Amino acid sequence: MPSLAEVQRIFAAALLDPALPIPVGLVGPDWKPSSRRFAVYRNNVVVGLTQTLKDAFPVVHRIVGAEFFEAVARAYVVIDPPRSPMLFDYGTGFADFIDQFEPAKVLPYLSDVARIERAWTEAYHASEASPISLSAFAAIDPDRLPAVTLVLHPSLRLVHSRFPALTIWQMNIDGGVPGPVDLAAGGESALVVRPQAGVEVRSIPNGGPEFIRALASGRPVLAAFEEAIAADPSFDLSANLSDLMQVGAVVGFAFAQELLRA
Amino acid sequence: MAFLSSSSEDRIPARGGVGLKAEHYRTIIDTSPDVGFFEVHAENYMGAGGPPHRYLSALRERYPLSLHGVGLSIGADRPLDKDHIERLRRLIQRYRPGLFSEHLAWSSHDVGFLNDLLPVPYTAETLKRVVEHVDQVQTALGGQMLLENPSTYIAFAESTYAETDFIAEVARRTGCGLLLDVNNVFVASTNQQWDPVAYIQGYPLAHVREIHLAGHAREVDEAARPLLIDTHDRPVEAAVWDLFGLAVGLTGPVPTLIEWDTQVPGWSTLAREAERAETIMFASQSGIRPHAVAC
Repeated sequence: MPSLAEVQRIFAAALLDPALPIPVGLVGPDWKPSSRRFAVYRNNVVVGLTQTLKDAFPVVHRIVGAEFFEAVARAYVVIDPPRSPMLFDYGTGFADFIDQFEPAKVLPYLSDVARIERAWTEAYHASEASPISLSAFAAIDPDRLPAVTLVLHPSLRLVHSRFPALTIWQMNIDGGVPGPVDLAAGGESALVVRPQAGVEVRSIPNGGPEFIRALASGRPVLAAFEEAIAADPSFDLSANLSDLMQVGAVVGFAFAQELLRA
Repeated sequence: MAFLSSSSEDRIPARGGVGLKAEHYRTIIDTSPDVGFFEVHAENYMGAGGPPHRYLSALRERYPLSLHGVGLSIGADRPLDKDHIERLRRLIQRYRPGLFSEHLAWSSHDVGFLNDLLPVPYTAETLKRVVEHVDQVQTALGGQMLLENPSTYIAFAESTYAETDFIAEVARRTGCGLLLDVNNVFVASTNQQWDPVAYIQGYPLAHVREIHLAGHAREVDEAARPLLIDTHDRPVEAAVWDLFGLAVGLTGPVPTLIEWDTQVPGWSTLAREAERAETIMFASQSGIRPHAVAC
């Protein structure tokens, strides 16, 4: 008699690979093997995980349609099944998989739309933190502003695309209005954050991702600004700072030690 | 073994309850329906923050809560995931559920989390492993857990215990309580050609602390034998209500949950199913109902 470990190893392998035979010793009420009965388990695993992805990537689903989505999702779930039972966390690798999925190559922006949706889900479940008020920030002595470091909301995510992926995402969410999109119009960057109960998705200008990444790594505002203008000389510091505050992406600030000493 | 929460206000009343779905967060918060308790899938509330916790916190202030795990993989041969047990412990600390339940099934393996409640052979080896795992969970969580009987579609030729005897032995050795899923009894009995009435009568009913009710789909296998699928996507079937009447007549009133997890209907449909469970539960008793039920 095989050990429990062996039974489960064979069972698990056969679930994910329909080419494998049904494990020996699994029987129907007549004590004979039943492929239809084992198929219920195979189906539950693949259909269940496909549905999980559909719920997590509704815009990708809307863009490609049910049949295409099921094809890409079924291919994905068998090579990258969830590592944990926390299924809200499933799909981290889905965007990268779309990049590699041959039939999806005609939609080069699709993986970036998936990245926006993934960022949305991560923001939705991220830790709570209270955004600071604009007035608290406005009270900072302007002379000390360059040395301020900002604490960004733990839910904040950035997605950069070489395509207008954010525009495409916006057109395909509930209430969105699909329209013509010029794929050659240039890239877009999205800021995704959940300051209160709702997830906010905003477009940010060139230099914005560099600015926010520098702030997120703890660099003071002045240093972050230098990174941003290196990316785009027209980067507007006060407009970008104000946008970050307005959306509720900043939850605290401090004064950089090295500049205080200087 | 002690209840998970010793506080009387945390205890789940012997009434009808409803599995909480995100679709109904707002309705429940806005209208405070008269329902005995809510139950949530633990894994859906293991994120760091966000709306799920905001709603559950608001709801917990008004209702008793039961916590139902779907990912512990108690029937797996491999060791339990200690991080997952720790996440459960923290959830229990935060929300003080009156009950915590998990399945007699496995779902995790080296390939990952398989997202289904997979069956186990009923052998001495499995029994030993399940008992170890239940002991480990109860020790880590500091209280009694409930173990739920599975829906099954296939049998292991190597099984040497009847399902009810296996479950009775786990309860006897670990002191765990039992969650009797009456729909699972009907689904498994139909699929395995067991007598569901005999299953209920042979079940260790003295350990039952909660009952689950749900809908199932009806298919057939390659020999045209009925093959019921535990889908949780429709109303409870008449045959399952009848079986529930039998079970609750034997156990006495016990917290009874309506599970409806996909193609979730409007709130009033779920509320009516929970009311029906209460009506049947108390029709089988001579006592007086402890609470009025909203119309």
